[in-house]
Amino acid sequence: MNPTVKKVEYAVRGPIVTRAMELEKELSEGVKKPFSEVIKANIGDAHAMGQQPITFFRQVLALCSYPQLLNDSTFPEDAKSRARRFLQSCGGNSIGAYSNSQGIEYVRQNVARYIKQRDGGVPCDPDDIYLTTGASDGIVTILKLLVCGEGATRTGVMISIPQYPLYSAALAELDAVQINYYLNEEKCWSLDIGELQRALDEARSHCNPRALCIINPGNPTGQVQSRRCIEDVIRFAAKERLFLMADEVYQDNVYADGCQFHSFKKVLFEMGPEYSNTVELASFHSTSKCYMGECGFRGGYLEVVNMDGEVKDQLTKLESVRLCSPVPGQALMDLVVNPPQPGEPSYDNFIKERTATLSALAEKAKLTERMLNTVEGIRCNPVQGAMYSFPRITIPEKAVKEAVDNGHKPDMFYCMTLLEETGICLVPGSGFGQKDGTYHFRMTILPPADKLKVLLSKLKEFHQKFTKQYA
Amino acid sequence: MSALHEINQNVRNIKPLVSSVLTRRASQIKEELRQGAKKPYKDVIDICWDDSHRAGVKPLSFVRQVLATCIYPQLMKSDRLPVDVKQRAQTLLRGCNGGSVGSYADTDTAEMINSISAFIKRRDGGASAGDIYVTPGSLWSLTTFLTALVNRGSLRTGVLTPVPGHCTTISVLTGMGAVAAPYHLSEEHGWELNVEELRRALESAQRTCNPVALYIINPGSPSGHVQSRASIQEVIRFVSENKLFLLANEVYQDCVYGEKRGFVSYKRVLGEMGPPFADTVELASFHSVSKGLTGESGLRCGYVELVNLDPAVKRCMATVFSLNNCAPTMGQIALDLMLNPPQPGDPSYPLYEMETQNIWNMLVHNVKRAFEVINGLPNFCCQAVEGGTFTFPRLHLPPKAIQRAKDMGLEPDTFYCIRLLEEAGLMAGPGCENGQKDGTYHIRFSIMTTEETMEEALRRLSRFHTQFTKDFA
Repeated sequence: MNPTVKKVEYAVRGPIVTRAMELEKELSEGVKKPFSEVIKANIGDAHAMGQQPITFFRQVLALCSYPQLLNDSTFPEDAKSRARRFLQSCGGNSIGAYSNSQGIEYVRQNVARYIKQRDGGVPCDPDDIYLTTGASDGIVTILKLLVCGEGATRTGVMISIPQYPLYSAALAELDAVQINYYLNEEKCWSLDIGELQRALDEARSHCNPRALCIINPGNPTGQVQSRRCIEDVIRFAAKERLFLMADEVYQDNVYADGCQFHSFKKVLFEMGPEYSNTVELASFHSTSKCYMGECGFRGGYLEVVNMDGEVKDQLTKLESVRLCSPVPGQALMDLVVNPPQPGEPSYDNFIKERTATLSALAEKAKLTERMLNTVEGIRCNPVQGAMYSFPRITIPEKAVKEAVDNGHKPDMFYCMTLLEETGICLVPGSGFGQKDGTYHFRMTILPPADKLKVLLSKLKEFHQKFTKQYA
Repeated sequence: MSALHEINQNVRNIKPLVSSVLTRRASQIKEELRQGAKKPYKDVIDICWDDSHRAGVKPLSFVRQVLATCIYPQLMKSDRLPVDVKQRAQTLLRGCNGGSVGSYADTDTAEMINSISAFIKRRDGGASAGDIYVTPGSLWSLTTFLTALVNRGSLRTGVLTPVPGHCTTISVLTGMGAVAAPYHLSEEHGWELNVEELRRALESAQRTCNPVALYIINPGSPSGHVQSRASIQEVIRFVSENKLFLLANEVYQDCVYGEKRGFVSYKRVLGEMGPPFADTVELASFHSVSKGLTGESGLRCGYVELVNLDPAVKRCMATVFSLNNCAPTMGQIALDLMLNPPQPGDPSYPLYEMETQNIWNMLVHNVKRAFEVINGLPNFCCQAVEGGTFTFPRLHLPPKAIQRAKDMGLEPDTFYCIRLLEEAGLMAGPGCENGQKDGTYHIRFSIMTTEETMEEALRRLSRFHTQFTKDFA
């Protein structure tokens, strides 16, 4: 058996989730519990928590699936013309045909146009775009490409702690070396170049550091990096010759005043040719987050910048081995990068729906931070963006001891107890990484506002009770 | 900037697909035709791959109606859609988190697993199903399964693979640093599998790698052979003796045409053989929505059924199959519909029955025509296609043509296919891509296409072949 597989864990769907599902089943069978429902705030799945899809997107996708509906007068004209145009780009005019492995050219052209517009005119070549099965597929592919060497020359990849466990799992599976750099909790989870340098220098003794991964806006931490910080990271990557991997799937999820999303590519190009001609960058986006929340469609893209031609051929070849990404996901990505325009029949409703979703998220971000910070023993940094809160919790010594004695991590023990007593499902911070001796949990801000309020007040009660119990 | 030598060696070792040369040239030719260039043909016919929709075969109405309703539930109010479509969509949406196809489709939901288990039980005469995982397609299933088996070590992991087989299997194995150890199917006997050949292949492989699994494609692709029960039993005995994992790609199980025999699954035969085999042979069976009468390749979904896995291996499999997995929701819906189609009495049944029957008749017709036409040409012969969606005819190339190809640095069958594309506007795949005995040449083309397209393709092929034979006489 492959020994690296044994090392792989995936916190987000681990034992807590399994137990939560068992409890749901028990509740449905009428078993009495101290709660009437399980509230799942563990996974970034917006629709599962009641977020509504964008009507226009669903109309176009339905038309693409069953083109007879093009004769149905209940569908708006702009949705129909989008569907027709997309189907023309599919083999046999069907979303059921395989596409070109790099992704449908028509869609890549639209993605390139979107990126160019987003980045204030910085050129984008459709040939540098690959349509992927969600962003995860793209991330794993780039990592696969870069991992080589043996022993002390084995590829090392820098990832932020706390991190989204896809990265650590992928690195474990590829048998690459994980290089942890800590985000600064006291400074709103910001990135510290001094810390990057420390991590890198230490790593050089036992591996060959090749890449630096950043998630911006951050998961699980929710920080939105400042422009200055992004520039510093780029300079660092240039100096140390690192391949930058920028996971930007939450780029529309920015809530805090004074915060703004800056794409790595844009900043790179604005720093002039010394950087824009040399720093290697891969940016990732997806249809799973932002205001769309369409995780189930598995739509995504990756854009490569400054990749050597021969290396790019290898990337293209690697993508061709897996045939193609799901065509409905490609259709959806096309709509995301090319939404209804002013004057089009669906425009007003589209804007209304998008604004409603994003402002609800912004409200919930603020609510979460506010309520959690009223609890003694819980300290929550502002949720500047993304979909999560990663508060620090104080766990009494007695509880730590009981956890350890039973072979559990203290924050796992906390979360398991929380689940059993309140039905609230969160993910312990140990699944994402944290400084030794500190404990956290990650919760999503996705439940509908009224449920979120219930969750937060139950959480407050629980924390107070737990603290007292183990005093 | 990263340089080539800093790229994963396993990735570099993957051979680029030979037919990518053809694909690029076909795109150029299509563009030239669009610009009004004069050619002996007005369009390019692409039968290189078995992508049914691309080839003009229509999707099944029931499948697409249910998909559309799941995506846009407002359609439940439409009076244009049959009642059973709406009911099915309702049931499927109830199984989605938040009632939306946009949520992550938990690939281990009880409903989905039960649905697949029930299908397997019905198909295999009552035996219950093993561990099931829903995946983004059979290639992903295979790759992921192998991830758990392949070891990075001084002795590379090997998998016995059929020749001819799928070129993607070889790429996948190379990409993970494993070895594809070939076993040859017997062309003279309709591409059947010979256990003696398996033995020879295993012994040969053991000299250079650590073979852990045997990969079978049944119905065969591109060979078109359908294994008999006796053959399947022989294979099961072979893997049992040699302690190999048995990987059975059964994605073409809907496409069996020969009068000789129908499709029987490896799982069924294994079960019927009783102990010790039934309890000990480790088997992974793969199925998908991409092939067969459903043909929804673009939706990317399939499942793998695992039987008799050792508990440690089971745990490993559970990990790899849940990591990075999320078969797209639309694909999962198509899978569910494929395995549980409309039944007699359902409003959608007559249309579903008619559409699937039409596709079926089309395939049977194409298989017959391809066999007739090719076997009627000189220096060209093909085995009967009993199943699957390809034919893999043998070319007896004139020595002059072989020499010309070699002078150009091309495999002779690649040379033939390039000329076929240029001169006849017909795209078929060279046999070297699928593997073949040294010194033999083949082409591969799909019979999963409309009857009109097949006739036209065969007409062009005949004319070209006759001319080619003359040119290199």
